[in-house]
Amino acid sequence: MSLIFDYSQQGRRCSAPPVLTVPKITEPDPSELRNTDIGMPEVAEVDLVRHYMEFSKQAFGVDDGFYPLGSCTMKYNPKLNERTAAFQGFTDIHPLQSPETVQGALELMYDLQEKLCRITGMDAMTLQPAAGAHGEWTGLQLIAAYHRKRKDTKRTNVLVPDSAHGTNPASAAMVGFNIVNIPSDENGLVDVEKLKNYADENTAALMLTNPNTLGLFDTNIEKIAEIIHGVGGLLYYDGANLNAVMGISRPGDMGFDAVHLNLHKTFSTPHGGGGPGSGPVGCKKNLQEFLPVPVIEKNKDGFLLSYDRPDSIGKVKNFYGNFSVCVKAYTYITVLGASGLKEASENAVLNANYMLSSLREYSDMIYHDPCMHEFVLGLESLKKETGMSALDIAKTILDYGIHPPTMYFPLIVHEALMFEPTETESKETLDRVIRIIISIFERAKSDDETLHDSPSATIIGRPDEVKAARNPVLKY
Amino acid sequence: MASYVPSTNEERLEMLNKTGFSEMESLFAHIPANLRLDGKLDIEEGMSEADAERKLSDLASKNTVFRHIFKGAGAYNHYIPAVVSSMVSRNEFVTAYTPYQAEISQGVLKSIFEYQSMICRLLDMDVANASVYDGGSAAGEAVLMCAERKKNTVLMSSCMNPQTKMVVRTYCRSYGFNLVETEEENGRTKIDKIGEDVFAVIFSQPNYYGCIENSEEIVDKAHNSGAKCIMSVYPVAMSMLKTPGEVGADVAVGDGQPFGMPMAFGGPYLGFMAATQAMMRKLPGRIVGKTEDHSGRDAYVLTLQAREQHIKRERASSSICSNQALCALTATVYMSAMGKAGLKEVAEGCYYNAHYLADMFRKKGIEVEYDNFFSEFVTCHKKSVRELSAKCMEAGFMPGHAIDGPDGKRILWCTTEMNYKEEMDKLAEIVGGAE
Repeated sequence: MSLIFDYSQQGRRCSAPPVLTVPKITEPDPSELRNTDIGMPEVAEVDLVRHYMEFSKQAFGVDDGFYPLGSCTMKYNPKLNERTAAFQGFTDIHPLQSPETVQGALELMYDLQEKLCRITGMDAMTLQPAAGAHGEWTGLQLIAAYHRKRKDTKRTNVLVPDSAHGTNPASAAMVGFNIVNIPSDENGLVDVEKLKNYADENTAALMLTNPNTLGLFDTNIEKIAEIIHGVGGLLYYDGANLNAVMGISRPGDMGFDAVHLNLHKTFSTPHGGGGPGSGPVGCKKNLQEFLPVPVIEKNKDGFLLSYDRPDSIGKVKNFYGNFSVCVKAYTYITVLGASGLKEASENAVLNANYMLSSLREYSDMIYHDPCMHEFVLGLESLKKETGMSALDIAKTILDYGIHPPTMYFPLIVHEALMFEPTETESKETLDRVIRIIISIFERAKSDDETLHDSPSATIIGRPDEVKAARNPVLKY
Repeated sequence: MASYVPSTNEERLEMLNKTGFSEMESLFAHIPANLRLDGKLDIEEGMSEADAERKLSDLASKNTVFRHIFKGAGAYNHYIPAVVSSMVSRNEFVTAYTPYQAEISQGVLKSIFEYQSMICRLLDMDVANASVYDGGSAAGEAVLMCAERKKNTVLMSSCMNPQTKMVVRTYCRSYGFNLVETEEENGRTKIDKIGEDVFAVIFSQPNYYGCIENSEEIVDKAHNSGAKCIMSVYPVAMSMLKTPGEVGADVAVGDGQPFGMPMAFGGPYLGFMAATQAMMRKLPGRIVGKTEDHSGRDAYVLTLQAREQHIKRERASSSICSNQALCALTATVYMSAMGKAGLKEVAEGCYYNAHYLADMFRKKGIEVEYDNFFSEFVTCHKKSVRELSAKCMEAGFMPGHAIDGPDGKRILWCTTEMNYKEEMDKLAEIVGGAE
């Protein structure tokens, strides 16, 4: 199991850059030059290819198998997206080219913004943030700017449910807000009565996702919006779970003032092993003036980029966003259209309920019937009875060539496994996976000790993470 | 119209039966009626893949692809070796999620470990993370890394890319830091005095004007005033110029787009971050470490996760969750494909081409500002640059960036290893003729 450095031999090379065609007019000052060795491996192309081919066989993508990671929406990544994003007219354009030479790119971004606004019920959208967390941070800055402009300096708190994804409080803290954790009730929803106590004139915003991280649609959302707006706060929507409600319900109609989306979840762009993604942020009119610059404008002559926004929060990233990722999402929305997006959400919810109906008996609690696009199994009783944890179950799933669900999230459920099958799985796949998971639960109940040692069919077993953190070895 | 949903109507009915709901609508009945969308989404209906491809192709054809590119200013036209494109389009890499399940992700984790190692070698730094969104946000995150309890001011070189400066400004305002810009002299950062309240000094190498800064001097000044120093670098230049490690920078950042990523209208790019050993635990984002499994085999994992949002939540040093994994892989394969020799040749191509072009401009009577540059340089023109830029574009040349706007007088030109004598001679003629 070598690294590329192990293949290095002095004097080997593959790619050759173009040869120098000009005379050397001047030489750099020696005192400015690097004295150390550049240290890159010297390899031949055939060895380079074989090495990364080996790595690709030690990776697992949606194209390899079932990937029910709750909260990640690992739906199929259409190959057409890859083709359109690779058009030369999209890859070989410079972001600072004269606007009249990039009207196609500007039109695509403008149209994508427009479509995302209609899907979410928002008035304006920016495509600049590069990921979900980046979008959250951007959205919270809009909210901070809004209160600042109103000269309301008391708005120091952001309310976050205890079931929220970690990026929510982290993003709010990055904007200088204090985090107030809101407890969930026994049904896993925001405790509306308690919320009334927490919401006051110090409340800048409440961050929510709906459906929430348990896969439940919070039917109290209108009441919640009333409470927060009633004290002068704003409502922020974490769009990670949008796949449950496209064409069915819109955050704008639920009362949200700002949203972020995850193009790499809901809109089918590939995850790439951990990026690049894209986290567009939408907002209602009250926050529009604060959006990052530049803003894409349309006039009678075409499209242009405007920096003329005196109250803009500035820039969260160089240039305009992860454009190629936007092309992929745009392609997806173009293929699916209004009915296709709704069909995606409907089938995502159906598939999750289908899986839940077969697995519910193994869980400590079921919050609601039906669930939405994802569901959580609580396995604390199983652990008490058999000593098998959610981790053991997840690691055993690896031996069957499928990806485990999300483990230990949300934090309010003990020994949690969160499943999100998505809409792009067939009934046969779901049936096969259900059989596998049930058989693992049955093995656990029959005290099959080998579950503690799983996985055993993978190229490594469980890594020693404690050692990794205690004695960090972070480079070759 | 495809929706990529495999289920047939019959299968859907079977599944509904199993769940105990009679129809699809029952799954959504609990959503309050007035929150239900009335009718359809107000966007176009879908279409076949072939029709969608034509629509996208039409949009792409409304963009002009130039064959002769002389613009940089944060996005660069470098050669992308065929082997790079080939390897990073492997489905397993493209469609994988973050490697949280190490046992089935060793390929991804090892490639990130290689990336971290190469970034450290490129910059002579001790530790690197798995990447962040881009060079601008990397600079912003670096400022957060250096924050200290009793100090609140950041000193930023005025000679940095304006886009990056805006991003750093946004990060500083978000965190409540005071941001001050340095003076500028002859196209370079000028620092006389650094106040006691400054906790970080940040500058670029080369800077926005292409000028080579005296990096050692800036780092020394920062340290002598008790501040940390962040160096934002053009990675191509690091094969030639003194590295952040050599001059003692505390944090090194930059944008890795030149290493195998197309210009792509601004993204996705690659933010790299590296630091000294002392700053290791302040690095945001993902980091891969080497360990063993319980049988003693080498194993790679995401590590030091106690810094991150999923553990620390509001006490995390940053909210950043994902990295730019596929872009980091691209850079890794690029650096391996180029190797020592290739990287050096690319840097030399950029450097010697720029000096040749500047010399040709001077011979045509164009005023070139500042001498000591790497691969970008500024010219100053008598008339507004609008017409000049138009002439270049008419002839199929993407001109340099009009840094004072289309009605200003200055242009920032960029050459890479992709430029060649014939086209540079032609450009000099066009530009000289327009003066």
